[in-house]
Amino acid sequence: MTARTLYDRIWDDHVIARQDDGTCLIGIDRHLIHEVSTPQAFEGLRAAGRRLRRPELTLAMPDHNVPTINRDKPIEDPQSALQLKVLEENCRDFGIEYYEMTAPEQGIVHVVGPEQGFTLPGVTLVCGDSHTSTHGALGALAFGIGTSEIETVFATQALLLGKSRNMAVRVDGVLGRGITSKDVALHLIAKIGTAGGTGHVIEFMGSAIDAMSIEARMTLCNMAIEAGARAGLVAPDEKTFAYVKGRPRAPQGADWDIALAWWKTLKSDPDALFDAVIEIDAATIAPTVTWGTSPEDSAPIDGAVPAIDADPVRAAAMGKALDYMGLTPGTPMAEITIDQIFIGSCTNSRIEDLRDAAAIVRGRKVAASVKRAMVVPGSGLVKLQAEAEGLDRIFIDAGFEWRDPGCSMCLGMNPDKVPAGQRCASTSNRNFVGRQGPGARTHLVSPPMAAAAAITGKLTDVRTLEAI
Amino acid sequence: MRPFRSVTGIAVPFGAKNVDTDIIIPSRWLKVITRTGLGQGAFEQLRADQANIFDQPRYAGAPILIAGENFGCGSSREHAPWALLDMGFRAVIAPSFADIFSSNSAKNGLALIALPQEAIDRLLAAAQDGTVTVDLEANQVTTDAGDRFPFVMDAFRRHCLLEGLDEIGLIAQREAEIVAHETRLRSERRWVGVQ
Repeated sequence: MTARTLYDRIWDDHVIARQDDGTCLIGIDRHLIHEVSTPQAFEGLRAAGRRLRRPELTLAMPDHNVPTINRDKPIEDPQSALQLKVLEENCRDFGIEYYEMTAPEQGIVHVVGPEQGFTLPGVTLVCGDSHTSTHGALGALAFGIGTSEIETVFATQALLLGKSRNMAVRVDGVLGRGITSKDVALHLIAKIGTAGGTGHVIEFMGSAIDAMSIEARMTLCNMAIEAGARAGLVAPDEKTFAYVKGRPRAPQGADWDIALAWWKTLKSDPDALFDAVIEIDAATIAPTVTWGTSPEDSAPIDGAVPAIDADPVRAAAMGKALDYMGLTPGTPMAEITIDQIFIGSCTNSRIEDLRDAAAIVRGRKVAASVKRAMVVPGSGLVKLQAEAEGLDRIFIDAGFEWRDPGCSMCLGMNPDKVPAGQRCASTSNRNFVGRQGPGARTHLVSPPMAAAAAITGKLTDVRTLEAI
Repeated sequence: MRPFRSVTGIAVPFGAKNVDTDIIIPSRWLKVITRTGLGQGAFEQLRADQANIFDQPRYAGAPILIAGENFGCGSSREHAPWALLDMGFRAVIAPSFADIFSSNSAKNGLALIALPQEAIDRLLAAAQDGTVTVDLEANQVTTDAGDRFPFVMDAFRRHCLLEGLDEIGLIAQREAEIVAHETRLRSERRWVGVQ
């Protein structure tokens, strides 16, 4: 048999039927749903008189719209309230398990899936959200879909898909002190561009990836979509198995043994061919910060806003981005002042992210010039764990707001927005125009870098700010 | 789904690169529970500028949009093609498109036509004062100035667009194979179905 990549293996294993044109019918093992991308899919099912083929493979929770304070009170925004109500009613009518907003298990779908053991190695997992690539950190083939495809998965538990190409991103060496997988992701995207991975599934490999925790790998796979890739993948290893074992929905007993034996086979053959290979030396990666309105617009923290490109088309786009961001070429990144701090999102809201940020914040205060600093844990269980470790006190004592879980200021569908013209150091994934609110200026950073910016009031090299 | 065979009309020479789905339809418009009416939120931030290209009378009712590379990058929101369709667009021509946006567009009958940048540059100029035709049956884009640009589209996606096929209906014809897959999973990997 020809050598296969990890992606080839999981794909082949889920092919139900193959059409003459190469399109495959792929079986879907897991489906996460939330309130924003599903109402029209349920409406379609109702109109056609269809039911869910396998409701037990679907798990629902609200995350995009939920407020992060005053959850004992009704949701103020009538449209947000309606989306939550519609999701709850649809789940009841179609027999889908639903974590309501106040349940301890509720949170961002991409935090909750792995946390509950819903996400498992070797499964196909979909969700109506582009950051579904996150789950690839466990060796699941996971990708975002649109509402039409959600309806198709509801009705058939399968999707008609064309196969993507294989890309390997190999990161070898040791990451420097204060450098996280978020910096690796931003570094990669700066290198290959936001369309660099289009049409591909990225498998991350190399000694720096092997050394990463599972949660760090989630951050990396989460950002694979920002490089244009359909999915990110890391081959499951002993760390993966230890992470999954004992989680509420993970296989148990004899099922665990059967699953584990299969999971251990899930890796690319040594001679497997990749359509594209990107190699990165971990030692060359600095804490990385964005200056523009695309995740590819980044610079090392000890660098500066770059000079305007010689190419006229790129120069025009760059001029527009810098105008929106209120920055000029040559400005040192570490001199950019910050008004808002957001630690959260499906990229960086897990317990290790909060620990990393708290290590910098401990014993210090948020700078007086910072108008608001927020921590939004990724799930109710992350929040409880952080509180058990006293991280909430560290943040609150420093002047941070300690919120309830949800997508929050990553995309501002709930009341958490960055006011127009203000500048936010954000651990989220997109610095698009208007993403965090109309006129909001976003600088994407890692959790320790967000913490450092909160303390000094400007973008700051966390390596110069040792934990006290 | 409404079949797409051929469309002739005014084309908006937009041309911007890396247009993300937050630009096409900002997140506040995602709070709807229906597919309709999103055209009023499409390109909201660009259209706040009085001089924006979309609201120029000469491009009113244009069924074709010409854009730059990596159109539709960012989120998986199907609201993006819904908004474009609600604005009246039936086809977008650009050098390249983001993956999830491509799939979402195909499922709503919005034809995405990939052409090299040189062809896009020519079309951006031709659209200033003439009409453009996207002919999916003939696999070509033409202008009334006499340009002709052949294109290639994934065969299955093209077939579904031409026929207006319903994907769930297509998959339902594979019932026996789906059942065989489910049976294999139950015997080999019972845990997949156990929660």
